[in-house]
Amino acid sequence: MKNLDLIKLPFSKENPILVQVLGVCSCLAVTAQLKPAVVMALSVTVVVVLANVIISLLRNTIPPRIRIIVQLVVVSTLVVLVDQVLKAYVYDVSKQLSVFVGLIITNCIVMGRLEAFAMVQKPWASFLDGLGNGLGYSVILIALGFVRELFGSGTLWGYPVMEKLGLYGIGYENNGLMIMPPMALILVGLIIWWHRSRNKDLCEK
Amino acid sequence: MEYINIFIKSIFVDNMIFAFFLGMCSYLAVSKTVKTSAGLGIAVTFVLLITVPINYLLNKFFLAPGALAWLSPSLAEVDLSFLSLIMFIAVIAAIVQMVEMVVEKFSPALYNSLGIFLPLIAVNCAVMSGSLFMQERGYANIGEATVFALGSGIGWFLAIVAIAAIREKLRYSHIPPALRGVGITFIITGLMGLAFMSFMGFKL
Repeated sequence: MKNLDLIKLPFSKENPILVQVLGVCSCLAVTAQLKPAVVMALSVTVVVVLANVIISLLRNTIPPRIRIIVQLVVVSTLVVLVDQVLKAYVYDVSKQLSVFVGLIITNCIVMGRLEAFAMVQKPWASFLDGLGNGLGYSVILIALGFVRELFGSGTLWGYPVMEKLGLYGIGYENNGLMIMPPMALILVGLIIWWHRSRNKDLCEK
Repeated sequence: MEYINIFIKSIFVDNMIFAFFLGMCSYLAVSKTVKTSAGLGIAVTFVLLITVPINYLLNKFFLAPGALAWLSPSLAEVDLSFLSLIMFIAVIAAIVQMVEMVVEKFSPALYNSLGIFLPLIAVNCAVMSGSLFMQERGYANIGEATVFALGSGIGWFLAIVAIAAIREKLRYSHIPPALRGVGITFIITGLMGLAFMSFMGFKL
């Protein structure tokens, strides 16, 4: 596979959320607002890139029987680092994300890429693969955060967009359903619908 | 009374799937037939029931701020809570490995039908978050933590069995081709989540 494909494919044809259906848990719970969604997207991208490179460097020394434990140790070390950095620099977001930062350890994207790619590929290819998948995940997360915050609370990154546009004056109301957790699922379902009608070969029988 | 409250609350109000979307990966991948999903649900409940109390003790006596005071008074200032993620996942991975060996020995049929998802319980978000929620909500004693674990497991079990039953029926419906499979499952889960939200604020 060409290096460019490693970055490009995860955006659409092999998107971790839409096609591989991995890492869904965290993507739904943190997207009620844009800011936590962006922070979460960045954290996952950093972890998946670094974990991919480290495991790829170690791949010839890991005994196959205990590989899951080795992978978990590497990933959880990285997540502890990310957690501490978030607590130090963006404490309010870190409180908002609560357990979901810790849950990056069990994020299926990270484990899936390690198992499927980093265990058998060279470090540079693994780096690109991690970056591509991290960004593919980020795109969905940020899109969800954008839509849910804009229509749910009428703000973007805390800035009252709808109020400044004067929409409340002409009878506009925020859609309370948008910030409720189930709406995230329905939105992802709709995105999948749209994505698959454009890529017919992905449809299930 | 407190126990019943925690139990009911963790099954319905704070349902792992419908309120927090945890354990979605295996929830979406294994929910094609009721039988397999019931097996996975039981396995997850069992792992939760073992790991949460162990992690509770670990948290109480080693990780929480000042928890080491029972060793010697000079350690009362030590705060090891930054280690909790690594410790929790290590305990969970070890327990899952043991459960896998037990299931393989005593029920090869279940072992084969669960396939790759048995070892993957180690990385099931629902199991890990059981321990993390336990730590964050600060349950008063090990009894409460155990009841919480049992309730969360049963909640997860109910959710996956319910969606599997619906998906078995869905095979006979006319769904737009692009929405078949994952897409419609997401939307149905969302609708079930809305229904479960009516439990919010429920108290015994």
